[in-house]
Amino acid sequence: MTILEKSDSVGDQVGNVESQRPKTTLPQISPIALPPSNTRRIAGISREDLGNILGAGASAIAVTYLLFGLLAPLQGSVGFVVVAFFIFLGLYALLVSLTNPSPIVVDKVMTAILAASGALALAALASVVAFTLWRGRDALVTWNLYTEDMSEAGPADPLSVGGIQHSIIGTLIIIGIAIVLTVPLGIACAVFLNETRGRFNRLVRTVVDAMSALPSILAGLFIFATFILILGLPRSGLAAALAVSIMMLPIIIRSADVVIRLVPGNLREASASLGAPERRTVWHVVLPTARPGLGTAVILGVARGIGETAPVLLTSGFASTLNVNPLRDPMVSLPLSVFEFVQSPQPALIARGFATAAVLMVLVLVLFAVARLIGGRPAGQLSSRQRKRAESRSLRDLKRIEPDIETEQS
Amino acid sequence: MLTQTETFVPQTEPESREPDPRTINTVRDRNDRIFRVGLSSTGIAVLAIMVAVGVFLGVQAFDALSETGVSFLTTTEWEPDRGRFGIGSVLLGTVLIALVAIAIAIPISLGTALFITNIAPARFRGILVSLVDLMAAVPSVVYGLWGLFFFQPGVIGLSRWISTWFGWIPIFSVEGAESNSALPNASAFTASAFIAGVVVALMVMPIQSSVMREVFSQVPLGEREGAFALGATRWGAIRVVSLPFARGGIIGGTMLGLGRALGETIAVLLIISPSFDIKFRILETGGNSVSSLIALGYKEASSFGLSALMAAGLALFAMTLVVNFIASAFVARSRSGASSEA
Repeated sequence: MTILEKSDSVGDQVGNVESQRPKTTLPQISPIALPPSNTRRIAGISREDLGNILGAGASAIAVTYLLFGLLAPLQGSVGFVVVAFFIFLGLYALLVSLTNPSPIVVDKVMTAILAASGALALAALASVVAFTLWRGRDALVTWNLYTEDMSEAGPADPLSVGGIQHSIIGTLIIIGIAIVLTVPLGIACAVFLNETRGRFNRLVRTVVDAMSALPSILAGLFIFATFILILGLPRSGLAAALAVSIMMLPIIIRSADVVIRLVPGNLREASASLGAPERRTVWHVVLPTARPGLGTAVILGVARGIGETAPVLLTSGFASTLNVNPLRDPMVSLPLSVFEFVQSPQPALIARGFATAAVLMVLVLVLFAVARLIGGRPAGQLSSRQRKRAESRSLRDLKRIEPDIETEQS
Repeated sequence: MLTQTETFVPQTEPESREPDPRTINTVRDRNDRIFRVGLSSTGIAVLAIMVAVGVFLGVQAFDALSETGVSFLTTTEWEPDRGRFGIGSVLLGTVLIALVAIAIAIPISLGTALFITNIAPARFRGILVSLVDLMAAVPSVVYGLWGLFFFQPGVIGLSRWISTWFGWIPIFSVEGAESNSALPNASAFTASAFIAGVVVALMVMPIQSSVMREVFSQVPLGEREGAFALGATRWGAIRVVSLPFARGGIIGGTMLGLGRALGETIAVLLIISPSFDIKFRILETGGNSVSSLIALGYKEASSFGLSALMAAGLALFAMTLVVNFIASAFVARSRSGASSEA
């Protein structure tokens, strides 16, 4: 029975027998009349896709191998990958177009290109990290790398003599001074940018933005010209720390500013409505709420500061002996040591340079991982220990305000 | 018969006058005033430091600039003590390296940002974001080592291939490379602006990518779902919704990366072999940048030579400053933050 017949019969009934109450009849739709409905897949990889990708990949590698080995005078590993990728794209498009209309072919090919660019970025990172560790492997496993300086070791000496203790300690001293200088000032300035309004505030913000564009070598050149040439002070760890500070300060201010801006305004208002002065509001509400983000801001700034070579190159001077006094005599940092080591043609020194770079990289990676760990929590969310501490603190306050109150110790 | 009725608009009394906006007077007590003065003093301190750097560089550079005048921008030699110096060639070299870097970094960073926000499964997203940010934290000297010892030997074949087949395009031609000889001259392709540009590209890619990713993650879900409901494929939704929405962020992120690429020192210094010719042949050995000029020249410079170096640095700073301000203007003006009604 079709819909048409049914509605005809309804019309007959109404027209002929008027006394009968009209019934509401639902048109019966036969299931055959509906087109088959398929849910469209937008994401994910089906078995057919997987087959297409693997097939295109295998034949692309085979064709490229033929081209490079036998048919055409092509060579070089980078070229191999580039050529193989383009052949893969062509073959993949061909395979997909056998069964799909053109918009889907475009979609699949573009997805492959986007995924490949993501993979390329990760491959670049992996190759940078792995290559540095690999080339530095011989020097990295010798203990004297971490416990000796280069005063006893000549350029041609084997890796079992001499090390980079002086640059590890130099880096720590330089970055320590820079942290002491920039972190309090940077966070205070970020608070200033957030807690006040006005023309002066906007001016400071603009200048900080501008200074974050300062090429790092100019920070070094500034300290070199003022400190060393005009004031006549020697090249020292302090000068290097000042140059690094000039570079780190805008970075820390900008990232701390972003974090403090995320502190909800109603927390500030609640604090103000309880009668807290602004100083207490900032100290007890704004900064604790933003603490994880501030930690991340500081650590990322420090990671940048540690890795900077250019400002240190101009200001710290170069020495191969351990120097723990930042006020006088040259003090080397890790990146500067790397730079000096690899300038030499001696293979042993180049190996040392790679080992130094690996130590520097591991230092930065550890800092970065720490930043991710504390920065993973959004502002205001506390760990269980922090929450317990906050609870006991407010309990103490409560007892101080109302000494008679009975409180349940949990 | 039809009677015509009129619509009656009730006459309301016009408001007698606009209510005056209430003025709010904030009265701060002494505690808060002291606190505010303290806060402002940190702002003043930061401002003073920053302005001191800028003004000092400007004053020091003035000596050299007043000596040469406008020809500072066009002269190619760098012999300050003989009075012939200018940043014509180094500035061109800086811009060439930065442009190579940007040309390589844009597709990769855009693709990575789109991959992370639109294609990667949600459970891998956090890891991918961390890894890309990690790339930004790797020290530039490490990238320089990688470029010098790993990338350069591998890419010479590609450079030669490009110069052989596309040498008729002026920027890809290489002088001194006999491409048909049995013993090809590899050293004609080392230490080129192209190789330095690739290494700088690795450094600026994560910066660009994180700005773009930020904007792509703000694309209104309703608009994307609308595209899917109309039958768009995933790429279709990206093309008609995500890319137009994020245009400001893409341009802004690119400019931010450009600013960083212009100022990069140590990786360029490690790779490139300095030359003072004006040349656009990016595959050929030799090139220069302002920051490597400073790093190489500061030690032997006389006080006038130092002033000349400062002038070069100031020109570089002016360039990165303009680029950064354009970038932040684009990021601020992008539609980010505006949501659709869906």
